[in-house]
Amino acid sequence: MAPHEWTIHETLEHLRHGEISAVEVTEAYLTRIEALDPILHAYLTVTPDRALAQAREADERWAAWRRDPATPLPPLNGIPLAIKDVICVQGVRCTCGSRILENFVPPYEATAIARLREAGAVFLGKTNTDEFAMGSSTENSAFGPTRNPWDLERVPGGSSGGSAAAVAADLCAGALGTDTGGSVRQPAALCGVVGLKPTYGRVSRYGLVAYGSSLDQIGPITKDVRDAAILLQWIAGPDPRDATSWPAPVPDYTRALIPDLKGVRVGVPPEYFIPGMQPEVERAVREAIEVLAELGAEVIEVPLPHTAYALPTYYMIAPAEASANLARYDGVKYGLRIQGETIWDTYRLTRGHGFGPEVKRRIMLGTYALSAGYYDAYYLKAQKVRTLIRRDFEQAFEKVDVIVCPTSPTTAFRLGERTSDPLQMYLADIFTITANLAGICGISVPCGFDRHGLPIGLQILGPALGEEKILRVAYAYEQATPWHRRRPPLTAAASPGGPQGPEERSG
Amino acid sequence: MALSREEVEHIAELAKLALTDEEKSLYAEQLSAILDYFRKLQEVDTSDIPPTATVLPIRNVFRPDEPGEPMPRELLLQNAPAQADGCFQVQPVLEE
Repeated sequence: MAPHEWTIHETLEHLRHGEISAVEVTEAYLTRIEALDPILHAYLTVTPDRALAQAREADERWAAWRRDPATPLPPLNGIPLAIKDVICVQGVRCTCGSRILENFVPPYEATAIARLREAGAVFLGKTNTDEFAMGSSTENSAFGPTRNPWDLERVPGGSSGGSAAAVAADLCAGALGTDTGGSVRQPAALCGVVGLKPTYGRVSRYGLVAYGSSLDQIGPITKDVRDAAILLQWIAGPDPRDATSWPAPVPDYTRALIPDLKGVRVGVPPEYFIPGMQPEVERAVREAIEVLAELGAEVIEVPLPHTAYALPTYYMIAPAEASANLARYDGVKYGLRIQGETIWDTYRLTRGHGFGPEVKRRIMLGTYALSAGYYDAYYLKAQKVRTLIRRDFEQAFEKVDVIVCPTSPTTAFRLGERTSDPLQMYLADIFTITANLAGICGISVPCGFDRHGLPIGLQILGPALGEEKILRVAYAYEQATPWHRRRPPLTAAASPGGPQGPEERSG
Repeated sequence: MALSREEVEHIAELAKLALTDEEKSLYAEQLSAILDYFRKLQEVDTSDIPPTATVLPIRNVFRPDEPGEPMPRELLLQNAPAQADGCFQVQPVLEE
């Protein structure tokens, strides 16, 4: 196996044994990014000089540890990561996939990034996203879409499509995404990798550019389940800079990774197997449930009766919160300014030109829902239905430890297929938004492929602070199945006139 | 329900968004379709149901009031489209 194919935990082993340096691992990824990213467009910004400097520092720490094993060694020393471009890395431009922040360089750092830096990680660059994380295909990026490594004519999902594609194509060892309505889990499913949305408040939102503040969570996107546990370990935990971070201690997540499911109760909600979903997705998920039973789990049907109302509830609450959060882009303190006759014209012109179509659509929708005369009928109503959706899950988790269902009703769709119909695009989130509304945790793991060779995702949902439960089930399933070992048939040679790349990776 | 062009213009003004004529027509059509879809929520009886504003079980969060290092002014101003005398520079906000 080449270094870029290693998981995070495998890379750490190779580094520990001195078989390779952090600089060499980082160079391997940078070379691969140079060869393949012109085709995939997973990255918006690559920072090779910074990454190599961080890798050299990591190598110095490895050397100090070798001289004296009593020297403290950070847990992710020399691991190259990719960061979704809505999370602030100090000194590196953060565009949010938007023209309005095209040249914004954050003067501060997100808590999740500060913790990964403390843990010795190397930051390769910032990954593509739907503008302000609003979208399900990465086509809403102002800087052009990312392509799915499994089929370049298809979307990688979204909004963390750049991070998911980068992990799937081995353009990083692991990545961070963000999940407001499924934006970690759905692209992970469509790209055949692992994506974990932590419980709301488990990871600090400080330094994450706000979209829907009662829904947003940062989460890891990785090559396997153990890597997701490892990254979550270092980004989770209370933060004095985020009053909505959950004041609970962080358990040792890797201890939850045991390969059997004896005594685990797995719930299957009939509402998540709907007419119109791709039959291959349903078949793969049903087969995965059989595997869970073979591993010792008790499978129980649990109803989630308000599921059908989740989509309209989400698409009322998220745009309402977005319309308030995005009021700050006024061309005064940072970002684009288009000067008009008066300050009011400047606001209107800056925002009218700086935001893309989907962001403007959601700001309009949210503004309408919050405006006088409509607040009770739309926004308050949605908040009440949100309570019912939460209660569905609370009741279900009295009977079961986890709930399993598809991550997405379909595999990756074609670029451009849904861009003209917003409602059709919103349906891509139908199975993932409930976890955000209820504030619970969820993970997507690969569970098969359709006839076109496109990956299918199994979603495992757990109660608030139930990350150990979903990690255990995801790990046991992954260890019993071959799906996570298959890699996209991607070569740099696929790029017309592109440089000759590394060997094709086989499964 | 169908949104009129005037309603779209009113919302755009509340949101301080300059829209083109094409955008106004497009959003009138698309927002109407989306709002129709939201009518599905009216089927749900929520008469005794409190709203959820946050899923967290915590309410007030306190921390020690300890002074920290403020961010340097130059760093705060580095992204400003226009600045003068160490301040963000904007057009007049009060009319004469």
